[in-house]
Amino acid sequence: MAVGVALAAALIPVKFDSREEVFEIPNGTWARRMAGEKAEILPSEIHLALGVRNVLLLRNRDDVPQIFGPTLIMPGQSFRLPFDVASDYQFACTAHTSGQMTVVVHEAPTSPWPRLRWRAFKLWKSFSPR
Amino acid sequence: MNVSTLHRMLACLVFLLFLQPALAGEDAEFKSGVFDPPRMAPDFVLQGSHGAPVSMSQYRGKVVILEFGFTHCPGVCPVTLANLARVFEKLGPASAEVQVVFVTVDPDRDSLPRLKEFLSFFNPAFVGATGTAQQLEAVRQAYGVTATRAPSANKKLGYEVHHSSSIFLIDRAGKLRLQTPFGKPVDDIVHDLRLLLRP
Repeated sequence: MAVGVALAAALIPVKFDSREEVFEIPNGTWARRMAGEKAEILPSEIHLALGVRNVLLLRNRDDVPQIFGPTLIMPGQSFRLPFDVASDYQFACTAHTSGQMTVVVHEAPTSPWPRLRWRAFKLWKSFSPR
Repeated sequence: MNVSTLHRMLACLVFLLFLQPALAGEDAEFKSGVFDPPRMAPDFVLQGSHGAPVSMSQYRGKVVILEFGFTHCPGVCPVTLANLARVFEKLGPASAEVQVVFVTVDPDRDSLPRLKEFLSFFNPAFVGATGTAQQLEAVRQAYGVTATRAPSANKKLGYEVHHSSSIFLIDRAGKLRLQTPFGKPVDDIVHDLRLLLRP
């Protein structure tokens, strides 16, 4: 059974509806933060994969400008950042206590082993807290 | 309608239906981070290393590359400026339509003559900008740029400034269109500038 699942994970192509990994600041976030609520929207580490999920899309739905990841985004504005090279990218980010955000861009999961690794990683991330 | 007119109309139709979309779609996507919708680039007036005040609005009609940095920077700033010099070489005559503005994050050490000398090493057309600490802080805030002093590992330097390393690309109409993270290949920046320079 486990071997079958692993084989399927290695052989079935990785597909997404969109290449964009979307993070959104909902309306009222600034007010919630001002009221003392902890509103973490962006994880300090984001994982993307070339070819299938290689675009970071940040949207500000709040009514005040926000430093979101590596950039200042106006209300109603979005910032779309594509990645073409597999690497670890460090960005200064005042929204995080560490002051940094990392975008890890993985190789394209187009052959069995990278596919298996990517799927195992996404599964593991889906169970681990941000 | 004669036959030659009909042929011309058919040729136009084929071009519009098949060839033009293919050409237009040819790698027309920006490689940098894209703001949507773009806002007007925040304007400022600072002292320029070319001997006159420097503002964003004075460059309407050109594409502006805005960088924040300092002349004692041991890594990021010289690499970025060297890349931009290479970008200018690759653009050729079109580089006359592009202006690099380098805003210092270290006004205590970056005098106008020092900015001029430093930038001339990369390209004499690059313009440095400085002002009071308050003026520079206001400009950084408007662009979401951070800059904090930290002790330098090199005792001779005393301190360095940790700062945002992206560059900003502003179109001919003065709109802040793109933000390019540090390390983007020269060819990607050239690609994006060519898209912004299109009429």
